Amino acid sequence: MNAPIVIVGAGQTAAQAAASLRQGGFDGGLVIVGDEPHPPYQRPPLSKKHLAGSFAGERLGLKAETFYTEARIDLRLGATARAIDPRERRLGLADGTRLAYSRLLLATGSRPRALALPGAGLGGVHRLRTRADVARFQGELRPGARLAIVGGGYIGLEVAATARELGLAVTVIEAADRLLSRVVSPVVSRFFHDLHLTHGVAIRTGAGVEALEGDERVTGVRLSTGETLGADMVLVATGGLPNAELAAEAGLAVEDGILVDEACRTSAPGIFAAGDVARFPSRRYGRRIRLESVQNAVDGAKAAAAAMLGESPLYDPVPWFWSDQYDAKLQIAGLSTGYTHAEVEGDPASGSFAVAYRDGGRLLAVDAVNWPRRHMEARRALAEEPPIAVAP
Amino acid sequence: MVKITFVDAGGTARTVEGEVGSTVMETAIRNGVPGIDAECGGACACATCHVYVDEAWREAAGEPEPMEEDMLDFAFDVRPTSRLSCQIRVKETLDGLTVTTPAKQG
Repeated sequence: MNAPIVIVGAGQTAAQAAASLRQGGFDGGLVIVGDEPHPPYQRPPLSKKHLAGSFAGERLGLKAETFYTEARIDLRLGATARAIDPRERRLGLADGTRLAYSRLLLATGSRPRALALPGAGLGGVHRLRTRADVARFQGELRPGARLAIVGGGYIGLEVAATARELGLAVTVIEAADRLLSRVVSPVVSRFFHDLHLTHGVAIRTGAGVEALEGDERVTGVRLSTGETLGADMVLVATGGLPNAELAAEAGLAVEDGILVDEACRTSAPGIFAAGDVARFPSRRYGRRIRLESVQNAVDGAKAAAAAMLGESPLYDPVPWFWSDQYDAKLQIAGLSTGYTHAEVEGDPASGSFAVAYRDGGRLLAVDAVNWPRRHMEARRALAEEPPIAVAP
Repeated sequence: MVKITFVDAGGTARTVEGEVGSTVMETAIRNGVPGIDAECGGACACATCHVYVDEAWREAAGEPEPMEEDMLDFAFDVRPTSRLSCQIRVKETLDGLTVTTPAKQG
């Protein structure tokens, strides 16, 4: 076991796992391989303060620059992992390097789903995941310019809020009949719909996108209704896909994410996965789930680090999320999928309210808008719900 | 630059320099001060950057806003001097600020 622990991916999961391995007493070699040029940084501000220009890139770092040298972490940036040989326990990089590992953590994250439509490759069509994406996008954000955002989820709406504050003319296009439809109930969707209307965002729900129009640069978005909306730039924000190809090609079990057990172990000995890319069994929800969130990056990394050090963690978190739009803070505890009834607490018109989601008597989730106390109470209450078995 | 001292639960003190305009939490993270997790990165969404402000600095550091207070109530071992360090802005009048980190976060 003299070979190092190698972590593939250099996001929040990687940084936390490396820190937890050292805190857990691991003294051996530790390598992080990441394809971006930056040490691990925070992604949440990318759609908010960093995009707005009020939070500089150097403030995004998750750790002090000295952390990696002091913790003897071999940070290989701008390096792409190409192939895993699970039998020989080696990781091949794009530059031909082959790294032996004792244990491998796949923390490869997720990427924005691309639009498979005519015109998706035109100039002025953006995505938002990395600092480089922000730099390209930011260069085009000028007051008065017309921005069309495809997708009314968290990223789309956070960018809409930021772009309005920068003085752009913004339209959000959502295929479902309401905003945030995959994550919140209609009353919460309505609140954010009205909030964005108040701030001057145009919203088109129930509108599919047929094509992006333009010659070299995008000039408009053609909707399924036949109508074309003029646009100077387009942001595609239609959800994330797990970066699981490396694992799949190595023969690991993959099913919309790398399948892991409750201790973050993949189907291959010595290989672990955590963060956005991992699909794990949740006894709390009685099914396998994959989460794209800071909570899951941090807590999943801690569990994976413990497992790599030979402990037997049981990773079954209460998921939590937040989204800041204008002055509104949405905090979500739990997963509401499959709820049988939703109960509104407080008055949405007051700007501060919550929705509790239940399946029969079981509390599944609480969405809290400008009500942090309710959010924190919900996290406690959810932690006390008894587990459900997960079918193998 | 403003000097800030972080004392951990075991009594070990570390004095570091904070930049005016940043936050006490950011100062801790950038200087590798242990005992502050700051999982949400300063969005006042997680309550894992909890500190106790030294009594002498309590007034200068200010009182928590209602949203911070709500989050704080759920932190571990909350005391009257508790603050979320992501909500304390570094300014000239805080030169010499001393805060203590709790035995654990969250």
